[in-house]
Amino acid sequence: MALDLSRPIYMDYNATTPMDSRVLEAMMPYFTEKFGNAASRNHVYGWEAEEAVEKAREQVAKAIGADAKEIIFTSGATESDNIALKGAVEMYAEKGNHIVTMLTEHKAVLDTCRRLERDGKATVTYLAPKQDGLVDLEKLEAAITDKTIMVAIMMANNEIGVIQPMEQIGEICRKHNVLFFTDAVQAVGKVPVDVNAMKIDVLSISGHKVYGPKGIGALYVRRKNPRVKLAPVIDGGGHERGMRSGTLNVPGIVGLGKALELCIEEMPNEMKRLTYLRNKLKDGILSQLEEVYVNGSMESRLPGNLNMSFAYVEGEGLLMGLKGLAVSSGSACTSASLEPSHVLKALGVGDELAHSSIRYGLGRFTTEEEVDYAIQITVEAVNRLREMSPLYEMAKAGIDLKSVQWTHH
Amino acid sequence: MAYSAKVIDHYNNPRNVGSLDPKDDSVGTGLVGAPECGDVMKLQIKVNEETGVIEDAKFKTFGCGSAIASSSLATEMLKGKTIEEAAAIKNTAIVQELNLPPVKIHCSVLAEDAIKAAIEDFKKKQAAKRAKAQEALTNA
Ligand SMILES: Cc1ncc(COP(=O)(O)O)c(C=O)c1O
Repeated sequence: MALDLSRPIYMDYNATTPMDSRVLEAMMPYFTEKFGNAASRNHVYGWEAEEAVEKAREQVAKAIGADAKEIIFTSGATESDNIALKGAVEMYAEKGNHIVTMLTEHKAVLDTCRRLERDGKATVTYLAPKQDGLVDLEKLEAAITDKTIMVAIMMANNEIGVIQPMEQIGEICRKHNVLFFTDAVQAVGKVPVDVNAMKIDVLSISGHKVYGPKGIGALYVRRKNPRVKLAPVIDGGGHERGMRSGTLNVPGIVGLGKALELCIEEMPNEMKRLTYLRNKLKDGILSQLEEVYVNGSMESRLPGNLNMSFAYVEGEGLLMGLKGLAVSSGSACTSASLEPSHVLKALGVGDELAHSSIRYGLGRFTTEEEVDYAIQITVEAVNRLREMSPLYEMAKAGIDLKSVQWTHH
Repeated sequence: MAYSAKVIDHYNNPRNVGSLDPKDDSVGTGLVGAPECGDVMKLQIKVNEETGVIEDAKFKTFGCGSAIASSSLATEMLKGKTIEEAAAIKNTAIVQELNLPPVKIHCSVLAEDAIKAAIEDFKKKQAAKRAKAQEALTNA
């Protein structure tokens, strides 16, 4: 089949995913004829909405090995992360005020922690990862004090795709009687997640990373051993066990449930398929270009994620050369700032290689032809830009770039 | 971010990519920026030692599309100018010509710095050459 190149090929599945048409189909009736408020107890409109919500709650719970009663719906993972952290800090203030997290977390966790610190509500330890992006379990254990109430470590990283050793982290948290919260946005539906085997107490989910809609998310809150309570961030009608007030987004919730059901059904095949495609992409590039470095562990990683640094070319400039591909860079492009990725910096990649990074995210609709095309244009663009790069020229001439007096500006 | 048509044109068809012999006395080399900051420009001029007119200019740049376009444009602007005229080139001229957005103004500043550094290097070499000639004369 010929590739449609009228629009860039989408390879940014870690940023968001297209909605699966089967998900849209499941949602449609809940916008129009089944429009009821799930909290209306007196008529069929409310009942059918409530029934749909409860079905979705089952579907979400099943995707992570939880009980439906332990799932609350939110507007997305940013909100879930906020409730997890702020809710725990408020609820467990008597026990302590210390949180342990990592420098490589998503901004939804990091910036929430920073605010809690600024407001004098919590003290936070930010652990640096090992060079492969994984947590150092000894450092984690050493960071826990008798004031620690929560460990917040994401299951899979959104930039480099590395998967943390969940069971070991859970074990350490249980041993020290602190809550284990994980932002599992990138992992749920992609790789197996089991809140009991992994001893997870609180977990965030987002709809739009699992081929569901944007603006819907969920939070798993353990109900026994231990029973976790979180103070609400949004007050109101007392929906969702009082932890998240607000009329339920029924179509969004139905979509999230359906999306996760599909992910779980297709997971065994999809993991194999994406691992094959991702490795083909990696090997295809590495075999044709020198001085390309994979960022993050290849052993413990999401099947569809690849993050590479191309020495001597700048990421944003490279993105421009990859205009046939929709990918992202750890260079300035990820945000309005000109700072390179905080994740790559935390790995100790070095600013120059952080500026040279590209994230490829493969997913459900990625084909082998698309991967072949991505390999070809990446190799072409990198070669072209290296010919234009003073750094490449200097390195080829045997100059140690570290020994050069650069003019910082 | 959307790039202007002119930036895209310079990115796709960069003018004067390459290198001149840095040891040649008529060549001035400017190397500015830093890899950690995400942009490095090398800009070289070849000056007619009699007339002071820039006869050739080359660049190599590590950076975003706007940095590549800024240095490519700079080489175009330099050719045919005397070094005095070249020294008067302002980054704002580059901003205007390429329609750079505010977040990319630093790319034009870097190009101006590169021009200045190349001229500086050329002048230094010329002074050294004169001093050497002088020395040869007095020793003779
Ligand atoms: C790891 C992680 N956490 C949280 C979020 C935020 O999720 P949402 O867009 O649903 O608020 C994202 C996605 O942007 C993410 O990748």
